[in-house]
Amino acid sequence: MQTEQNETMKTKIITLLTLTSLAGMALAAPQTFDFKDPKGVNNAVFKLDAPLEAINGSANGISGTVTFDPANPAATKGKILVAASSLHVPNPMMQGHLHGDQWLDVANHQDITFEAKSSSNVNTTGDNTTADVTGTLTIKGLAKEITVPVKFSYLKDKLGLRVPNQSGDLLVMRANFVIKRSDFGINPKAPEDKVSDTIDLTLSIAGASRR
Amino acid sequence: MKNTFRILAITMVVTAAVTWLATGANRGWTKTSVATKTTDVVTGIDGFTYEKRFVAGLDFLGATWLGASLLAGVSFLFQNKHINNHAN
Repeated sequence: MQTEQNETMKTKIITLLTLTSLAGMALAAPQTFDFKDPKGVNNAVFKLDAPLEAINGSANGISGTVTFDPANPAATKGKILVAASSLHVPNPMMQGHLHGDQWLDVANHQDITFEAKSSSNVNTTGDNTTADVTGTLTIKGLAKEITVPVKFSYLKDKLGLRVPNQSGDLLVMRANFVIKRSDFGINPKAPEDKVSDTIDLTLSIAGASRR
Repeated sequence: MKNTFRILAITMVVTAAVTWLATGANRGWTKTSVATKTTDVVTGIDGFTYEKRFVAGLDFLGATWLGASLLAGVSFLFQNKHINNHAN
């Protein structure tokens, strides 16, 4: 009788421990964040500051997914896409040139993509992580490996505050980096005093992981 | 006719200057949309929405003034009525 009770207790403890460890694994598991923003706030800002002319604009056609593990941010992977046709400048003639075949050739290259492959210099303080993310940036069909300093902010259970009737977590990613126009065949013949070869990019995006 | 062209040229110059001043005296390129910044309170991200609005730039001033100069130039092709009467 005593032995039978001991066995039952033993089974219960093992089951409890198994469930607890499974729950722990589920909580620590990497989450996939969807960056298609229903509020349309996600954006990428670009600036080309040449001595004779400055070109400033933004893009909001952002999508893609990122797998982020709050317990192991170094393992972050994912792909962010920017719809090339969503790049906007306030001057209509400039906008036409920007989308044209000399510049981004939007008709043939619909997306600008960045695919994250590895992270280094990862530092986490509370819910914020900074890391140098290395990945492949593809613009106008030309791919180049670059390293981008990214700040991740993990906002647990904050999705409901942003999108009513939904629960889940948010991941905010901010990055500011520089690329060269000539590396991606963007209007390569343009003189640098009129169109800067340096493009300053600022990415501010938030992704949602629904439950 | 001569005076008509000249009055038209002056009207163009004045209208362009007034439009440029009234839309904010923008010293850059002409804009047909203006960005409005909105901050998402949860994420802190500054988002941009564009509203359609005409903001005249220096290119607008230059183009209208060039047009006005052409009109003023054309006015010199027409002879003065008074001089014609003398010639006859």
